[in-house]
Amino acid sequence: MIVLDRVCKSFTLHNQGGTVIPVMQDASLVVAAGECVALTGVSGAGKSTLMRLIYGNYLAASGRIMVGDVDVARAAPRDILKLRRETLGYVSQFLRVVPRVPTRAVVAEPLLTLGVPEDEAFARAERLLARLNIPERLWSLSPTTFSGGEQQRVNIARGFAHDYPALLLDEPTASLDATNRDTVLNLIEAAKARGAAIVGIFHDTAARDRVCDRQVDVSAFAPRAAA
Amino acid sequence: MTPLLQVTGITRTYGARIGCRDVSFDLYPGEVMGIVGESGSGKSTLLNCLAGHQRPDSGQVVFDTRADGPRDTVAMSEPERRMLGRTDWAFVHQHARDGLRMGVSAGGNIGERLMAVGARHYGDIRGQATDWLGRVEIDTARIDDRPAAFSGGMQQRLQIARNLVTGPRLVFMDEPTGGLDVSVQARLLDLVRGLVRQMGLSALIVTHDLAVVRLLADRLMVMKDGNVVETGLTDQVLDDPQHGYTQLLVSSVLQV
Repeated sequence: MIVLDRVCKSFTLHNQGGTVIPVMQDASLVVAAGECVALTGVSGAGKSTLMRLIYGNYLAASGRIMVGDVDVARAAPRDILKLRRETLGYVSQFLRVVPRVPTRAVVAEPLLTLGVPEDEAFARAERLLARLNIPERLWSLSPTTFSGGEQQRVNIARGFAHDYPALLLDEPTASLDATNRDTVLNLIEAAKARGAAIVGIFHDTAARDRVCDRQVDVSAFAPRAAA
Repeated sequence: MTPLLQVTGITRTYGARIGCRDVSFDLYPGEVMGIVGESGSGKSTLLNCLAGHQRPDSGQVVFDTRADGPRDTVAMSEPERRMLGRTDWAFVHQHARDGLRMGVSAGGNIGERLMAVGARHYGDIRGQATDWLGRVEIDTARIDDRPAAFSGGMQQRLQIARNLVTGPRLVFMDEPTGGLDVSVQARLLDLVRGLVRQMGLSALIVTHDLAVVRLLADRLMVMKDGNVVETGLTDQVLDDPQHGYTQLLVSSVLQV
């Protein structure tokens, strides 16, 4: 489902003397449907960078990033947008939403953009919010004022609203208590069971061991000629 | 799928000065594209050339019309282009006063656009005007008040209602949230996003506010000195800018 083939990435800082910072060289990775792969490596090794490359948030310098039949490294913006709507979900560490939009609508949005009828989309959003223990009295409020842990759970609910065939999870269990952590891991297991290909970053090693089939150390993709 | 708008080689100069040079892009139905750049970068010139308010020196603006399919609007006759401006196109001005008739009631402002496309039944027109005031969250009891009695944010929302009542397919917006309070901006952004999704609108939004495009636009075009220096997915251009000018623009935003 997700295939990376010799992906390279560097940042060029045009306003700081044109400094070029190579960050990734020849990253290759294959994630099959129903498989969960954990990215590991010390802080700064490039776990998040690799994930952002797969999502198309960072532009790869060379190589191929296939998600389904779309090469994210080369596809036109509208093809990547379609891929993100239908195929590729992403749970980031931060919630970024339009202020004032109620939590219920934030979670239902991925479904609404796919054309799912409103009542169905909201019903599914509410089931997820209830499962993640977001009190019902908060559903009609904007999540911008919620606590860190609550925002994290709203973000997860949004990421699991649609059954994406491919999922990227950036520390989905960070800042969660034991009950909610267990709920999130159940959601991940259910996604695997229905055939989703998942790439995740977990600092929580027990969670990683429970849901991930294998680990890939991204330090192996560090540029060799690092100055 | 046919693009709704195909722009090729739009150039507009003011004597020796360049307004915008050789701009080309496609916009598909349902897509929102942001055009950013500092004052004087040519973004408003470009928008005006695309919307038919200014004549480009060269280039084509091909719009997929309902009746005849793709047609170059630059080569259209003035009456035809004006008709497009009243039906399938909408233009939201930065200053609501430029897009509203200040001496006509709020309801009349909305009704006028409907009458321009042939609506004649008073009850229907008033009914639609009331419906749209509700959609843009203006108290329907204010339907007979003139926009001069409205706050800036309300005027801007009224302008949006007036523009969208005829169900356009393409909306041009020039700094739609400029000069508004942050709280009003958020409300307007939420409103525009909802309308884009429900009505399947395409939109071109000129702004210098990067936070606005991050939330509204699917794609981004960055302009400097009349030239397009970078284009791409909004979040990719903002998080991994490739051009020196975009990097400067993104790194100069003040954090709250």
